Amino acid sequence: MSMIVTREAERANLERIGERTVKKDAAALLSGKPLFTNDLVPADTLTVKILHSPYAFARIRDIDTSRAMKVPGVAAVYTYRDVPDRRFTLAGQSYPEASPYDRLILDEVVRYVGDEVAIVAAETDDAADRALKLIKVDYEVMEPVLDFTQAKGNPVVIHTEDNYHVNGAWINNDRMNNVVASGLSEHGDLDAAFAECDIVVDETYHTLADAQAMMETFRSFAEIDAYGRITVTSSTQVPFHVRRMVAGALDIPQSRVRVVKPRIGGGFGAKQSGCNEIFCAFVTYKTGRPSKIIYTREETLASSNSRHEMQMHVRLGAKNDGTIVAIDLHTLSNQGAYGEHGPTTVGLSGHKSLPLYNHAKASRFSFDVVYTNTMPAGAYRGYGATQGLFAVESAVNELADRLGMDPCEVRLKNLVTPGERLAQYDDNELYSCNAAECLRRAMDMIGWSDKPLVRDLGDRVRGLGVALSMQGSAIAKIDIASVDLRVEETGFYTLSIGATDMGTGCDTILAQFAAEALRCDTDRIVVHGVDTDVSPFDTGSYASASTYLTGMAVLKASEKLIAELRARAAGFMGVNVDDVLFDGEELLAYAPGTLEVPDDADRPEFSGIYDDVEAIARSYHMAQAAPDAEPIARMTLTELANKLVAGGDGDCLTAHAAASSPTSPPPFMSGIAEVDVDKATGKVTVVDYVSVVDCGTVVNENLARVQAEGGIGQGIGMALTEDVQYDARGRMRTRSFMTYKVPTRLDIPRVRVEFAPSYEPTGPFGAKSIGEVVINTPSPAIASAVAHATGHYIRTLPITPEKALFGEDSGK
Amino acid sequence: MSDKLMDISITLNGKKVAASVAPDMSLLAFVREQGCKSVKCACETTNCGLCTVWLDGRAVLSCAVPMMRANGHDVTTLEGLQAESADFARCMAEEGAEQCGFCSPGLIMNVLAMEREIRDRAAEQGVEHVMPSDEDMDSYLAGNLCRCTGYTSQRRAIRRYMASRFPSLPEGAASCGLIVGEGE
Amino acid sequence: MRDGGGMLKFQRFVRAANIDDALEVLRFRKGAQVMGGGMWMRLSKRTVPCVIDLSDCGLDAIEETADEFRIGAYVTLRQLECDAALNAATGNVLTAAVHDIVGVQFRQLATVGGSVFGRFGFSDVLCALLALDAEVELAEAGRVPLATFVDMPYELDILTHVIIKKHDYRAAYRCVRKAATDFPTINTCAAYWDNDWHLAVGARPAKARLLTGAELGVTSAEPTAGELAGAIEAVRGLAYSSNIWGSERYRRHLAGVLAARAIVAAAPYATQEARDAASAACAHEEAIR
Repeated sequence: MSMIVTREAERANLERIGERTVKKDAAALLSGKPLFTNDLVPADTLTVKILHSPYAFARIRDIDTSRAMKVPGVAAVYTYRDVPDRRFTLAGQSYPEASPYDRLILDEVVRYVGDEVAIVAAETDDAADRALKLIKVDYEVMEPVLDFTQAKGNPVVIHTEDNYHVNGAWINNDRMNNVVASGLSEHGDLDAAFAECDIVVDETYHTLADAQAMMETFRSFAEIDAYGRITVTSSTQVPFHVRRMVAGALDIPQSRVRVVKPRIGGGFGAKQSGCNEIFCAFVTYKTGRPSKIIYTREETLASSNSRHEMQMHVRLGAKNDGTIVAIDLHTLSNQGAYGEHGPTTVGLSGHKSLPLYNHAKASRFSFDVVYTNTMPAGAYRGYGATQGLFAVESAVNELADRLGMDPCEVRLKNLVTPGERLAQYDDNELYSCNAAECLRRAMDMIGWSDKPLVRDLGDRVRGLGVALSMQGSAIAKIDIASVDLRVEETGFYTLSIGATDMGTGCDTILAQFAAEALRCDTDRIVVHGVDTDVSPFDTGSYASASTYLTGMAVLKASEKLIAELRARAAGFMGVNVDDVLFDGEELLAYAPGTLEVPDDADRPEFSGIYDDVEAIARSYHMAQAAPDAEPIARMTLTELANKLVAGGDGDCLTAHAAASSPTSPPPFMSGIAEVDVDKATGKVTVVDYVSVVDCGTVVNENLARVQAEGGIGQGIGMALTEDVQYDARGRMRTRSFMTYKVPTRLDIPRVRVEFAPSYEPTGPFGAKSIGEVVINTPSPAIASAVAHATGHYIRTLPITPEKALFGEDSGK
Repeated sequence: MSDKLMDISITLNGKKVAASVAPDMSLLAFVREQGCKSVKCACETTNCGLCTVWLDGRAVLSCAVPMMRANGHDVTTLEGLQAESADFARCMAEEGAEQCGFCSPGLIMNVLAMEREIRDRAAEQGVEHVMPSDEDMDSYLAGNLCRCTGYTSQRRAIRRYMASRFPSLPEGAASCGLIVGEGE
Repeated sequence: MRDGGGMLKFQRFVRAANIDDALEVLRFRKGAQVMGGGMWMRLSKRTVPCVIDLSDCGLDAIEETADEFRIGAYVTLRQLECDAALNAATGNVLTAAVHDIVGVQFRQLATVGGSVFGRFGFSDVLCALLALDAEVELAEAGRVPLATFVDMPYELDILTHVIIKKHDYRAAYRCVRKAATDFPTINTCAAYWDNDWHLAVGARPAKARLLTGAELGVTSAEPTAGELAGAIEAVRGLAYSSNIWGSERYRRHLAGVLAARAIVAAAPYATQEARDAASAACAHEEAIR
């Protein structure tokens, strides 16, 4: 008998879900305890530093490390000659990864300014620095491909190596033409649909390779454990994937690698790619000594990974009444030098933007992902959706402006509704969606109906702009999460998870799920960081997966554990398990038949996709209040737990469960920006920003709100100040926080966030994701507000004062 | 390059510490070596505020202070302000405003410095200290970057904490510029 | 990474007991350099054989006399920002110039001497001081007008003080930063004193330039729209160039706009009408209508 079943009607009865529970690690973090990777480095650890390429594309003719080796304190210097010739990818993705295997630890060919040329390991920083300066490299400099619009079919080919490998033909890799991946998804008769249109917005949008810019730069250390295995402690979102990367790069069995994840100082997707783990692991593998590598901010900005720069051509066709009839989107994605996340991010630019306007009669989404000699792109919150939504939402705003219609009205007229099958979303059925409500509430919050889109304030103009956003919750059919839940002596629980809390609070969220299911205080659930040797497998914290997917695994494990507790208690009490109820504190035995539940009581009211949706969908029925009848026997959880760890009849109970989802239910969000533009300087100030989020059931209101506010803050940076620039030779110019401007608190208004939760029947207690959907609205909303204020449609981010003042095409 | 070590001694969190250091060692590197791991480095270019410590009671970026300059002075890190910071830490936790927590120690050091400076200036000028405006607090704390929160939850926590420490500004009264001088 | 270490390395650190000692080290130790706040100095990836520190030389105070303010080279930008008497006497331009520089923790270290001696193009401090009646005091060369000092070569001398002479200053500072605490794209400071207008324009991105009197085209205490138009033209006649903070074209435009705004803000207009009439010159520069 399934005990934990949930329904929307019972959401109000949830006790732990929706609480503003303080994060479990808050006190330790706020008192400054040594919890992060670099706080935990053992003594006598070698410092590892990297020599980076000064050229965008070059072959190493010769490399002389002899002088560097003579520097006192230098333990080792490695070049491409020393590393295994086995290619791999640093993309933290499920095996077989969608990203091509195009990397070595060190390669004879360097493919961007910042690419790794040599590894130095030394006793001190100073020795390592001196050694770096003494490595003599003779480069054969080659003509690079720096302009991603010229990459496809360029005579210069970036990856020509023999042992390049692609796991799946579906990505349509054509590397000899610099194409990492390409694809097409069509719905309906596009030509016929455009023929019906009264108006077509035909514009090209461009977003940059923004930096995730988490405060803790990339870092890791490696050591050999008691069993002769390599243990890597890393600030990563994907410990299990890092295990595979390290083993692959070193060409050793995965069984010889262990990865530990302590507290992480932010990730935002950056740490969904491996970065420097392979370097310290290699040094430790070769020298047998512990080694650490701490990237500088400069390395983190210029020699790691970023958002994919994308150029998106949108054709949006509509009727004069604002009905959207046809959408055609082509995305060109700049992969940079190596292929991490290329084939997958680009998909989201269409699949997470077009479904908002699912009523369109026809749509087409096509894309190319190309190699260039710039820094590799990887994962960054939003993962392609951010880029696609900037394009599509901007086009919808331009459509409204050209038609002289209210941009909110145009949306309300065309918006996707629950129950639809999403043509550009793998034909999934949309079970939960409050997008329209998100928009209406945001309109109320900002006073939309009382405000014109543009107002003259003397030396400033004030403009309003709006945008919508969607994302997914975990990668359907690919992500997997598992948890172990153990009842311990005295009756507390240990929840082992492989999901990686990176400051987002998933340790706490998952404990809340367990506490709700087990009907106890969240304090009674113990959670800890990830260690691949002891934590259950989880693909990791990315793709907005942890709350939704690992949450489901927690529910399933809780359910199993409760079943076991009841069974064991029934045995001890000498009753039938069907007659035992667990209320969180006690196991209560009733007279036979008292607890019978009618067969038709709690069936979820949907059907459709896959069988196991039913298995993972639940309505919360645990709370059948204890029946009026008096129990015939009872034992406390503590008594039971203590018996379970005693000899004789003991049976230390652990429940294990895994979850995977056939669908990836989208959360939705609205954003409305109010900006002031200085008429004579073009300086844009965001004076107000309101947003309403549908993330399904809000599991922890504080943490959900901070996710939304934080995502909006990053989105405002992307929209206004984060301006990645390269020089003519392919060297990134914005390589420090002096030039790459993440917003300060003076750049961000008092963001206001509310929730309009739908109920996702496939999610744990109705929850969907929130981590990524929240970054997508600022760019299109602010761009539209600026357009209303100035008449200038800025289609290339960021919106600098200069562009706002003169328009982006003038003066070019 | 730093061949000749030099002797220094500072008072770190109330305790005398003496050492021989390279002349170009930073205060940040030194306090971390002394076990004060709350002090973080996140930018190297004096932009982020994560390495904020107090030097003779004033908040400074420890990455930019050569150890030789700190010689003979009083240095305080969050490790030395555990009791004093507890109330503000609670306000942060109750808003979820720490998020990853990596930038929290630097922010806490500067918020407590702000509180202190308001009291000191008020005493100096012989006026009653009052709650600063939101704008003044944002301006004072602008040098503390955070990438997780978008600052709004921090503002709630800071405002709540400061309101528990200071009487609020009378309705309609102008902020008396205790934190920053009158600009423009 | 040296965790928190600067990028600048130095082999010796000499804490000079007085300026004479400092001068001697500077002259006789090859490659020795005086460190101000060290904020910019530490960013360069080089090795300096010897750094001279003036912490013990008593240069950390702002002294007011009957006819001037004497600002020690080791006065921090934060002291400059918060000094009530100094700012009241100078139209608050010093506060306005520095209060968006990075953050309080930065400004408690960065020094006036470092900012001025560096003569950086982006310097907000230099731009504001240039519009005032300011001098620098060098240990060797003695007092030099700031406008002269700006163009002097970097010599082996020690800047000990910045002096601001007292006048009935009417002054205002205006700048545009792409992000709130960023370097300025253009900064301007307008000051009316001694019956003359003084306008400094910095971050062109080359070093700040000072325009006064006739070359500025503004002479009356209450400049008219016509005079302001002339000033805008004069300011735009300076040299500008492009970098990541702005293009030449944008800077040229911005310099004119901010100059006019600074002058209008500083000018002691007797009536609101006169001020509004002059503001028309600013409105004329609005590219967004």
